[in-house]
Amino acid sequence: MANVFTRIGDWVNERAPGLMPAYRKHMTEYYAPKNFNLWYYFGSLALLVLVNQIVTGIFLTMNYKTSAAEAFNSVEYIMRDVEWGWLIRYMHSTGASLFFVVVFLHMFRGLMYGSYQKPRELVWLLGMLIFLALMAEAFMGYVLPWGNMSFWGAKVIISLFGTIPVIGGSLVEWIMGDYLPADATLNRFFALHVIALPIVLLLLVVLHLAALHEVGSNNPDGVDVKHGPKGNRWDPKAPLDGIPFHPYYTVKDLAGVGFFLIIAAFIIFFAPTFGGWFLEHDNFLPANNLVTPTHIKPSWYFTPFYAILRMIPSFFGTAFWGVLGMFGAIALLFLLPWIDAGKVRSIRYRGTGFKVALMSFAGSFIGLALVGAGVVGEKLVEWVPSDATFWENTFGRVMTFIYFAYFVFLWFYTRLGWEKTKPVPERVVYDHD
Amino acid sequence: MTMTKRQSTMKKAIYSFALAVGLLVGVTSTASAEEGQLASAGTNIRDQASLQRGAKLFFNYCVGCHSLKYVRYSRMAEDLGLTEDEVMKNLNFTGAKFGDPVISHMPEDLAQQYFGKAPPDLSLEVRTKEQGADWVFGYLNSFYLDPSRPVGWNNTVFPNASMPNPLWELQGLQTAVKKEGSDDVEKLELSQPGKLTPAQYQQATRDLTAFLEYASEPAALQRQHYGIWVLLFLAGFTFLAYLLKKEYWKDVH
Amino acid sequence: MANEVVDHGRRRFLTATTAVVGGVGVVAAAVPFIKSWEPSARAKSAGAPVTVDISKIESGQKVTYPWRGLPVFVVNRTQVQLDTLPSQDSRLVDAKSDQGSAEQQPKYAQNEARSIKPEWLVLVGLCTHLGCVPDFVPVMKPEPFDPDWKGGFYCPCHKSRYDMAGRVYAGVPAPKNLLVPPYHFIDDTHIQIGVDPKEAG
Repeated sequence: MANVFTRIGDWVNERAPGLMPAYRKHMTEYYAPKNFNLWYYFGSLALLVLVNQIVTGIFLTMNYKTSAAEAFNSVEYIMRDVEWGWLIRYMHSTGASLFFVVVFLHMFRGLMYGSYQKPRELVWLLGMLIFLALMAEAFMGYVLPWGNMSFWGAKVIISLFGTIPVIGGSLVEWIMGDYLPADATLNRFFALHVIALPIVLLLLVVLHLAALHEVGSNNPDGVDVKHGPKGNRWDPKAPLDGIPFHPYYTVKDLAGVGFFLIIAAFIIFFAPTFGGWFLEHDNFLPANNLVTPTHIKPSWYFTPFYAILRMIPSFFGTAFWGVLGMFGAIALLFLLPWIDAGKVRSIRYRGTGFKVALMSFAGSFIGLALVGAGVVGEKLVEWVPSDATFWENTFGRVMTFIYFAYFVFLWFYTRLGWEKTKPVPERVVYDHD
Repeated sequence: MTMTKRQSTMKKAIYSFALAVGLLVGVTSTASAEEGQLASAGTNIRDQASLQRGAKLFFNYCVGCHSLKYVRYSRMAEDLGLTEDEVMKNLNFTGAKFGDPVISHMPEDLAQQYFGKAPPDLSLEVRTKEQGADWVFGYLNSFYLDPSRPVGWNNTVFPNASMPNPLWELQGLQTAVKKEGSDDVEKLELSQPGKLTPAQYQQATRDLTAFLEYASEPAALQRQHYGIWVLLFLAGFTFLAYLLKKEYWKDVH
Repeated sequence: MANEVVDHGRRRFLTATTAVVGGVGVVAAAVPFIKSWEPSARAKSAGAPVTVDISKIESGQKVTYPWRGLPVFVVNRTQVQLDTLPSQDSRLVDAKSDQGSAEQQPKYAQNEARSIKPEWLVLVGLCTHLGCVPDFVPVMKPEPFDPDWKGGFYCPCHKSRYDMAGRVYAGVPAPKNLLVPPYHFIDDTHIQIGVDPKEAG
């Protein structure tokens, strides 16, 4: 038996001699720093969720009907009439939300440990492109069930493009292919959601990983193991503090995958709507172009950006500023490698100003999410019934200010010599014995 | 020394995770608690007898106007532990086939004429409400006579609904006690008792609500059933993977 | 530092155990996806048994009814047609329907006429070769495809021939007799296709 496998292996190697070296380069001889912590699970988990979305997505298309008249019915058909259809659908809808959970944590890891800094700018840029594509993918997927939230979500988001001066109006009609979100809109969103964007996403993921493996992984100490001492038990020329990705990080990630799947399975089997956060109540009503849902808000993963949109008032007779702010909030993240001129990567050795700023930034992101989701508004109605809107706007604007201030602060902080860093160790911190 | 340090990182990780979960659960529970005043429906869709009683009420009092167009008689029979004969004789009064969905016998144009708009399909009613079953339960208990409304009825949970209380024979008639000098309803009073005592009526509407809750997601029965085993399996797998990781990482110093 | 000893046995055991348990998990996870291809509740409902009124079918006539989307032939055979059946036995592949065609009919239709009541023939009208719908050619007269034709079914796709009991002739592409679906008589004028008779069930 083993002999057969060896012979098949030899047969393949003879015909594709580049295969084994490529495997070694990316797995057994990819030396990752040995001091990865909890934050380093989310990259592989994102990959896992991507695979889940593709597999469950393929099976959903087998029973989903792309038409405004049939889409909603076909989703209920999947939920009730198709054997195990409910599981496939919940895996896809839960996966969508968990994708963002994992990606947000993965990005925050990058912010904490300076993973965007030189020489990993390209890794960061490709990651940000993945994030953009993922948001487009999620938005279009959200429209497909053609519930009332799908319809009005599509209408509101597409209307954002209407605020663009001069071309806005005709752009909106062009995107929808109608005068309101309709059959044509649903069909083109379906095409983009199931084939165009997934291809883009997969390509970007491959490039993201390729770019990472060119420069090597960062780590919680921000120390470049490549430039440290050489020679480990596997290879005298490899970094002393690097360990082969396979098997060490594959088995570690496997345990992480198991733990993650427990959480995912709990949601899928016991709380698939997650209290209305993962699947909204109003989306169990079919699309109705005459009635807007009372509590209209985007999916939770868009709420921080949506809050920025809502908090920036229109002036000079246009609402374009809010849209600009929302897209600017994402654009600034792209520019982070050039905004932050810090000499030290990891938060462990950076100045107190950076620590405070990053925590404020993360806080503002969560604050904005709560504003966007309407949680802040609901609470304020209880506390200060008469001035709820005023206080909600005040809070939301402070959060928006902090969000943008982070980037401005970082620019000056790292350029004017305000940052007092701690000495970075020669080698990564690990229990050496 | 090594162990303590590692254990403390491990502990920190577990704590931060627990905190995150706690926050999420907190957010979801406050979100649902906010809408507030509704009493808990106390339904249990795993109680087959309750679902059967609820189905009986639905097919005697509701299906005249409301459909369950996503629910098939055959599937319902299976999930409620009823035979084909029982369903076809006792619940199906429309002449539909066993595999057909539950469609009301009221023509839509006629409904339009009676109520101003066609009575909604109830397949997903519980899921469309933020308070879910509690809303439906509250609604069924909050009808009162109101001569100012076209149908002569009103409801405190869904004011100005154009629906009479289909269960009035069972509940009796409720009238509103208004607040002093205001049109707001303070409470509802049973002005004429029905066939059931108030406690029996609550149980009946609880059964009906449970049936509608089941109808809005029949898969709930399956997912809870399989969920336990999936979690147990994953826990075992994760434990093994953790042991494997520890074993390999003995190499790393 | 390098004074530890790797316990290869334990490592191999854990690797194998995790791989096997993980493999079981992957297989189990694949089951719902595979099962989702089975006929859905809607397909099953549409494929429910069909009750048909046969009182209007005259002697010698064939009527086709859809069942599970398949054409089901119901033929009211004449006495002459029935009397001719045994004369064809020598030309058929499996005249008694007990060899290659043993599974082509329920037990209660495994007889010379392949039916419950001799005159009433019920068949799924799909050629056992590649699934075309055969023509009903009842008249006993020389045909281009068979100079000695005694009535039966003729498939236009690849010239397979069947007699008046749906039994396949030798020397044609089709391997088996036409399929008899489960059916039973509710009364003298109604049959239900898709359900076995009570006594057989």
